[in-house]
Amino acid sequence: MSKLHKIAVSPHIHSGQSTSGIMRDVLIALLPATVAGVVLFGARAALVLAVCVAACVGFEALFNWIAKKDQTVGDLSAAVTGLLLGLNLPVNIPLWQCVIGSLFAIVVVKCLFGGIGCNLVNPAITARVFMLVAFDTTMSGVANYPTPAGVDAIAGATPLADKAPVRPLLDLLFGKHGGCIGEVCALALLAGGVYLVARRVITWQVPVTFVGTVFVFSLLMEGFDPVAATAAILSGGLLIGAIFMATDYVTSPPTPWGKVVFGIGCGAITCLIRYFGSLPEGVSYAILFMNILNPYIGKWTKHKVFGTGGAH
Amino acid sequence: MAFSLHGVHVPHRKHTRHVPVLRMELPDRVILPMAQHIGKPATPIVKVGDQVKVGQKIGEMSGYISSPIHASVSGKVSKIIDHRQHDGSTVPAVVIDSDGLMTVDESIAPPVVNNREDLIAAIKEAGIVGLGGAGFPTYVKFDVDPERIDYLILNGAECEPYVTSDTITMISRGDDMATALKALAQHLGIRKAIIGIENNKPTAISKMRELAASLTDCDLQVKPLPSVYPQGGEKVLIYHTTGRTVPMGKLPIDVGCVVVNVTTLAAIGAYLTTGMPLVEKCVTVDGGCVTKPQNVIVPVGTPLSNLFEASGGLKHEAEKLIYGGPMMGITVPDASVPVLKSTNAIMALTRKEAKLPKTTACIRCGACTNSCPFGLAPAAISKAYDNRDAAQLEALAVNACMECGCCSFVCPANRPLVQKNKLGKVLLREEKAKEAKKK
Repeated sequence: MSKLHKIAVSPHIHSGQSTSGIMRDVLIALLPATVAGVVLFGARAALVLAVCVAACVGFEALFNWIAKKDQTVGDLSAAVTGLLLGLNLPVNIPLWQCVIGSLFAIVVVKCLFGGIGCNLVNPAITARVFMLVAFDTTMSGVANYPTPAGVDAIAGATPLADKAPVRPLLDLLFGKHGGCIGEVCALALLAGGVYLVARRVITWQVPVTFVGTVFVFSLLMEGFDPVAATAAILSGGLLIGAIFMATDYVTSPPTPWGKVVFGIGCGAITCLIRYFGSLPEGVSYAILFMNILNPYIGKWTKHKVFGTGGAH
Repeated sequence: MAFSLHGVHVPHRKHTRHVPVLRMELPDRVILPMAQHIGKPATPIVKVGDQVKVGQKIGEMSGYISSPIHASVSGKVSKIIDHRQHDGSTVPAVVIDSDGLMTVDESIAPPVVNNREDLIAAIKEAGIVGLGGAGFPTYVKFDVDPERIDYLILNGAECEPYVTSDTITMISRGDDMATALKALAQHLGIRKAIIGIENNKPTAISKMRELAASLTDCDLQVKPLPSVYPQGGEKVLIYHTTGRTVPMGKLPIDVGCVVVNVTTLAAIGAYLTTGMPLVEKCVTVDGGCVTKPQNVIVPVGTPLSNLFEASGGLKHEAEKLIYGGPMMGITVPDASVPVLKSTNAIMALTRKEAKLPKTTACIRCGACTNSCPFGLAPAAISKAYDNRDAAQLEALAVNACMECGCCSFVCPANRPLVQKNKLGKVLLREEKAKEAKKK
């Protein structure tokens, strides 16, 4: 008898989708914001991003090695976490703080909970919140540091902290205002978002409902001034949060309706903090809070199984 | 119908649809297992040394859900062997050495059909089973109160990659289909039929429209459907053609539908015309290893190796040999196994085609639940199975799974999702049996 062939249960073909492919797409989608950040803030921005990515990948590799687990840095998720964290930091952040933030993101939030897919909250967001608390002077952006290229206002402070009149929308679109490295250039973030939707890495529900909720809320709070409401959605960390962080698979609901609930929740909490809280910005806290509610939202918004009663 | 059910876009790879169909040279011998259908295996009624003729019954059905087996060539019964089935069990198989004459059995004559009972008996005697791959005895589907049948649904979806044998049926066997539809209208009162065809088969759709226009007794509606796998899943097809939802654990007839594959229908028509039972099949031979992919017509029982040889042989070493398509097909260890009645295609996949990525951790992307036609949560079912949690499996409605494999196909972590669904069903069944015993 000739050589026997492989026996396996169907299906015998695969779509070719992979975790690393998805993460690679996210990295590609973050490229415009990365480039914009480096152009606007100068070489130090590149240094901050490089340190965060290297530290995140390094810590994951180290953790897996010490814990004798399969090496997972190849799936690129640690690189995504590092890049996202870096993009959410002000340009003048001390590099040792970047390393501590990366350690928190990867080891505490991700690896200790079981690694990729097992974390309860988004590593980059949680690390940012941790750093806001731990390193409040450097993180709040009011510290004295060189003015970034092309930005002549008080650098770093998000427009939301300014008591000055609303900035021209074009400046917000092109990133000519203060803020974290990756959050200032709305256009670059939107381009990344369009790419992710086109590649079907994410769906429209979370970004649109998140941003939409903030827009409507701001419209109400700003006396139906559409310019102010538009400025509200282009300012701060909203776009990077709504497009890249609230859409994290692990910490957001899988079904379309779940995503809608999640997005609206994120938007509402963001506005509550922005308008009624003592902080200038609430995107990170909003996403973190909704991350915690995610398992419940998932439970409430499961698909109805076909043929188990009621209308489908 | 408000929504379409979900599914996945699989590669079409219908290379063979325009290739002429080859009627193959006779094999030297055929192997006819007594189980080529769902239900009780047939009982052999011939012994070693017997001379048999084409169409002669060699296996008698042995229960209500069963089907007779007929000789597909003339010649001598050389042995009766234990044939290893996909599930590992064995059934007797009658091996006939062909005399090359294809002498037709004297008893073969068109059946006399005057009423419902005659027609159902004819379908039963013809040994016709579901030819889409499942092999459920067809007569059983029609053996219901005719009042309950609102629609006959013809399955021409053919949603599996590569497979084109149903397309060939629709293009070339309209006459047989018309004969069958006429008889079903006359004797079972089925006057409304819908045929669902994926829209990647425009020739088949236009042929079926011609057929529909020529029918007088039966209103046949041709319904082109999006090419989304698994369009040909029975419950999916019923929903997309009639808008009716078959409840979990129920049958199509419970919502007034009988679903048969187009080739099954053609087989009924052919039997009514000639009286020759189901003894030959049109089979798609494809996959990256096959030199000349094509459809071939062969006697049932022909070893797969003969089909590959007639298709130019295998140009690469095959990683997997498959009965059926690559999404739901069943692998076999070697090509000595025979074509069964329900075999619509055989594949020889290259290592590259059959390459599955490494399984990694679930990233909770939701691709499985969002691609599931029935809205199941395969990742959660997997976890429940790993925990051997029967109650949770039941709560997650694991038994609704039709095992189409969309979840595993799309999973970026290539987790064995549909595989765990199958295991989950078994676990649930066993746990329920244990409970029932206790009571």
